[in-house]
Amino acid sequence: MSAHARRTGIVSAAVHHPAFMAGIVLSSIFVVAALLSFVWTPQDPLRLDIPGKLRTPSLAHWFGTDHFGRDMFSMIMVGARVSMAVAFVAVGIGMLAGVPLGLYAASRRGSLVDEFIMRGNDLIFAFPSLLLAIMITAVFGPGAVNAIIAIGIFNIPVFARLSRGAALSLWTRDYVLAARVAGKGRLRISAEHILPNIVNLLIVQGTIQFSLAILAEAALAYVGLGAQPPLPSWGRMLADAQTLISLAPHMALFPGLAIVVTVLGLNLLGDGLRDLHDPRSRRTRP
Amino acid sequence: MKIYALAMSSVAVIALASGLAVIPAAAAKMDVTVGMQLEPPNLDPTGGAAAAIDEVVYANVFEGLTRFGPDGAVLPDLAQSWEISEDGLVYIFKLQSGVTFHDGSTFDAEDVKFSLDRARADESTNAQKALFAGIASVDVVDPMTVKVTLSKPNGSFLFNMAWGDAIMVAPETAADNATNPVGTGPFRFSEWVKGDHVDLVRNPNYWGAAVSLDKVTFKFISDPTAAFAAMMAGDLDAYPNFPAPENLTQFEADPRFQVLIGSTEGETILAMNNKKPPLDNIKVREAISHAIDRQAIIDGAMFGYGTPIGTHFAPHNPAYVDLTAQSAFDPDKSRALLADAGVKDLTLSLKLPPPSYARRGGEIIAAQLRDIGITTEITNVEWAQWLSDVFKAKNFDLTVISHTEPLDINIYARDDYYFQYADPDFKAIMAELDNSTDPARRTELLQAAQKKIADDYVNVYLFELAKAGVADAKLKGLWLNSPTQATDMTGVHWEE
Repeated sequence: MSAHARRTGIVSAAVHHPAFMAGIVLSSIFVVAALLSFVWTPQDPLRLDIPGKLRTPSLAHWFGTDHFGRDMFSMIMVGARVSMAVAFVAVGIGMLAGVPLGLYAASRRGSLVDEFIMRGNDLIFAFPSLLLAIMITAVFGPGAVNAIIAIGIFNIPVFARLSRGAALSLWTRDYVLAARVAGKGRLRISAEHILPNIVNLLIVQGTIQFSLAILAEAALAYVGLGAQPPLPSWGRMLADAQTLISLAPHMALFPGLAIVVTVLGLNLLGDGLRDLHDPRSRRTRP
Repeated sequence: MKIYALAMSSVAVIALASGLAVIPAAAAKMDVTVGMQLEPPNLDPTGGAAAAIDEVVYANVFEGLTRFGPDGAVLPDLAQSWEISEDGLVYIFKLQSGVTFHDGSTFDAEDVKFSLDRARADESTNAQKALFAGIASVDVVDPMTVKVTLSKPNGSFLFNMAWGDAIMVAPETAADNATNPVGTGPFRFSEWVKGDHVDLVRNPNYWGAAVSLDKVTFKFISDPTAAFAAMMAGDLDAYPNFPAPENLTQFEADPRFQVLIGSTEGETILAMNNKKPPLDNIKVREAISHAIDRQAIIDGAMFGYGTPIGTHFAPHNPAYVDLTAQSAFDPDKSRALLADAGVKDLTLSLKLPPPSYARRGGEIIAAQLRDIGITTEITNVEWAQWLSDVFKAKNFDLTVISHTEPLDINIYARDDYYFQYADPDFKAIMAELDNSTDPARRTELLQAAQKKIADDYVNVYLFELAKAGVADAKLKGLWLNSPTQATDMTGVHWEE
């Protein structure tokens, strides 16, 4: 099978995987809204217009206005940017710290270092993640940066465990054995032979963690520990809407929908990617 | 079998008939459940500053020599009458007779001496010790007469004695008042389920006019959404300080409820750290004052409930001067003043405590300051953090806060107070005020004080907090205004 044939195989499988396509579409809405908000929003999301507060959706304000008369559509666009930035950096921290830890632990399988790394990860993993985030923001103060650090820290064990588990099975392969016989060191084998073979797994997990990080950021912002005003944030928009829900349901509806659509899209995308990378599940599909 | 059935049914009929006779009497509701946002840390008004303490026990469980009426007037309470000597130094209080504490002991002059001496003692934990600072001695003349001698004339002494912090306690029970309050009021303490409610029941041996309620329950519901739901479901009969102004229009539209909009003693201010550069520059403070559109904050944060103020004084007070024009909304003037002061690219911290006037008001203030080129870094803080960071450590530039104590303009004379003003000229005005008893002169001085702090742009005076209460439409006698922190249930009754 030539490389070209293999690629068209994946593409056609992707096209015929409706959940994956839905995931792609929903996630791109989110990414496009976030990127577009850097150059254009329908209105200034920070401009208050008190007399025009709590307007229902109209042509001028597609998603209506909030309790200060700010344009909800623009706020949700900028909120997507905040969510994306937080989730991206947080998952990045998790990967950059977690993957090397996991690979190193796998290369020293059974040693004291392995135990030390993995039990340390268990310790973080055993802690309820949101509680850990609340603790960190309580100590260092609320803010987007601390939310990123908090969410990033509880992403570390996820990637450490995943990469260690995957690497362990690869260490028994013949080509790894060949590399060892050739005199390559543990770190070099991990980087040159193990890592490229677990990248698929990491991408799939990264997509799922990305959606979880968005949820975590919304939850932290909801309790006031995420991005601070005036920066719009989906979680805080929901919190603001809470007491107004009977008066202006659109204030809760749209940020809520934004979170649902984005998280659903990323989850479908992650599931789809896993299916596509796993030849067994690909073959079972018609 | 038939006879038995007949007997059974006639018993049922009789029971039903007698039941019917009882129902009209039982239908007259004799209890009230009142919602409160914060739970008191204890129930002893002489041992804590929390407003929630007074909101449960003031006038209900505890009484003082004098008390505040619903309009803020100082009325006789346990002191039936009094005489003031010519020089204003000696007060002779004639006490009510036949007053007993809830534990059965009699209230007399010894209890007054004990209460006042306890409050002004060096080791006293009273949160408002300044109220008692002018007392030189308290003497028992006879069991029904007390003589209080002041070290210097104090025009507000009777006012001071009406505070919740100056209530009368019995020597036998004073130590346990925090958990088992024993007073002389029309209600006695029954039960406190922490985190949920406090029950008060009618005191059958009350000396004054009998109250019409058998039982009052204070229920603590801090979440505005839950409070709204509880009112709507009928779980609460009244919520005297409703925390979510946005829901008031819905209550107004509902015939089951009445909305009571009154005034409070809550001057809501944007406090500035007067010693921290560049806020030590009066031009910068003036610029910030002109940048703030009060009406936008009242409309945006309080849904229109609130009165703009131009100085730290309650508008319903006869001595109030309207100085709002002096710091009218004028962003161009603000920019000019900032340029004049040579301040560029200013970034200030803005710390916001939990109430919605602060959190929402703060966001609006931040937007208005952004318009004149000042960047604010908003930090939402919890009360404990606000008290330690802002109030004690003074680690802030700006904060939004409501000062709810009555007639509290004297805080501007305090050394080392959190906004760090304590101007010597202002202190002189306050010192003279403390020593004068002539009402006309006092009004003059109060007005001079209001003008002084407005001229110095100490803080930005935003608005007087409205008291927005919600109650069942048939519940009568609740206070409309809030001259002090209290939920006086003595005059509350259900309309027939």
